[in-house]
Amino acid sequence: MYNSKVLEIFKNPKNVGSLKGANGIGKVGNAACGDIMKIYLKISDDGIIEDAKFKTFGCAAAITSTSVATELIKGKSIEDALKVKNSEIIQILGGLPAQKIHCSVLAEEAIKAAVEDYYKRKAKVEKKGKKEEIVDEDEED
Amino acid sequence: MNKKVYLDNAATTYVATEVLNEMMPCFNVFFGNPNSIHAFGREAQGLVDRARDRIAKAIGAKSNEVYFTSGGTEADNWAIKGIAHAYINKGRHIITSQIEHPAVLGACKALEKEGFEVTYLPVDKHGLVDLAELIHQIRSDTTLVSIMAVNNEVGTIQNIKAIGKICKENDVIFHTDAVQAFGALKLNVIDMEIDAMSISSHKIYGPKGVGALYLRNGIRIENLIDGGHQERNKRGGTTNVPSVVGFGKAAEVTVRDLAVYNQKMKSLREYFVKQVTEKIPYVIVNGHPHQKVNNIVNISFELIEGESILLLLDFEGIAVSTGSACTSGSLEPSHVLKAMGVEDETSQGSIRFSFGRSTTKADIDYTVEKLVEVVDRLRKMSPQTKSAKKGDK
Repeated sequence: MYNSKVLEIFKNPKNVGSLKGANGIGKVGNAACGDIMKIYLKISDDGIIEDAKFKTFGCAAAITSTSVATELIKGKSIEDALKVKNSEIIQILGGLPAQKIHCSVLAEEAIKAAVEDYYKRKAKVEKKGKKEEIVDEDEED
Repeated sequence: MNKKVYLDNAATTYVATEVLNEMMPCFNVFFGNPNSIHAFGREAQGLVDRARDRIAKAIGAKSNEVYFTSGGTEADNWAIKGIAHAYINKGRHIITSQIEHPAVLGACKALEKEGFEVTYLPVDKHGLVDLAELIHQIRSDTTLVSIMAVNNEVGTIQNIKAIGKICKENDVIFHTDAVQAFGALKLNVIDMEIDAMSISSHKIYGPKGVGALYLRNGIRIENLIDGGHQERNKRGGTTNVPSVVGFGKAAEVTVRDLAVYNQKMKSLREYFVKQVTEKIPYVIVNGHPHQKVNNIVNISFELIEGESILLLLDFEGIAVSTGSACTSGSLEPSHVLKAMGVEDETSQGSIRFSFGRSTTKADIDYTVEKLVEVVDRLRKMSPQTKSAKKGDK
């Protein structure tokens, strides 16, 4: 079903895990459908994505799509990261089975959700006039 | 890394050597068409007759009640469509269950399009059909009840004998899809009051592409495949002699070795379940606690998804299948687990392990060792893990 490229990435996905100091976290999908993706971004003051990580519940297509998505946006400006389309993810994966295309769409949405979260947090900080500690509710130990 | 462990015997089995040995001469020595009158044909016909006798004996039927088909799916389609059409004067109502194999559900859906009415009985959390509900749903226009003997995903064994009795008392024909049961249970169509039963060869160490429909003498059926006079005018097409011969031998061997086989499967299953539940947290064993076949174990690994587990195990040489139909293209969680009330998220993380004749304790040890690693790896990757632990699931 999957091509060798997808299987290769699935064996060793990049950027797995949560990200300490993340200032943008996006979570999309739901377990009933079989996919949940969470992308963590660390964005510098001048709007460059310094680091990106992910956690994904889902099939090989979901996990590899998020791996590729995080690879693609690392080092990019927010503006360029938002230009990443699911077609680009599919291209890097060398294609996905038809019923798995939605996984790449979800990865694109996860990037957008994380950036949106970054802007929300930023607006909050600016309003309060002070920096607040960013805590990912799922990551408290 | 070269180790290979096949734990998908419910999907298909290898062909046993003694089965293969009987098949081989049918390809080039006894190659005649059993319908030919000459010696070559008569020789082949003799082999087919013997195979039919063996299968009849294995299920407690008469030889002239066994019809060869291309497999379980054809037998299911033929039984359901053929019987429904033959009894149309009595009515157009059929009863089945929500957890049937797609072959049965597909045939029922096709009949619905023709105007038949189908009742899909619910099951309890263990996968058992409620007999009171079955009695309640039988109407004067009900012609056929089709309930599987053993569920292929979770291994639950239905109360077939009781269902047979209910159907007989209510003058309704009873068909059972026994594809997964044959080879795991002792089946007797007289004792169980079964009118029609589908069985398949490739689940019992026989070749693929051959199965049979048992049809009690006196039960009417319309043809699914028209053609020549084969199978007593009921199923056209030149008999697949090598496969039929292999199926006959496989049936004979299966019944002969059933007790020993089941003892082995039971100890493997119990050992496996104990290891998994001790070594991996957040797992749920699906199916009936004891009314189930010994060779199938269905386990939900919470917080992670089944296909990822399957693939990572595959990288280690271990073959299993997902409880869900995800890999086959549907994104819907398993209809069987859903009917049993398993939550979608839990259902997504379900794996079916099915043992076979060649499975060893060392295979189980290796599988458990790899399973621990794979589940741990995927849980570390899952966004569900921390929130579930925090909620003290």
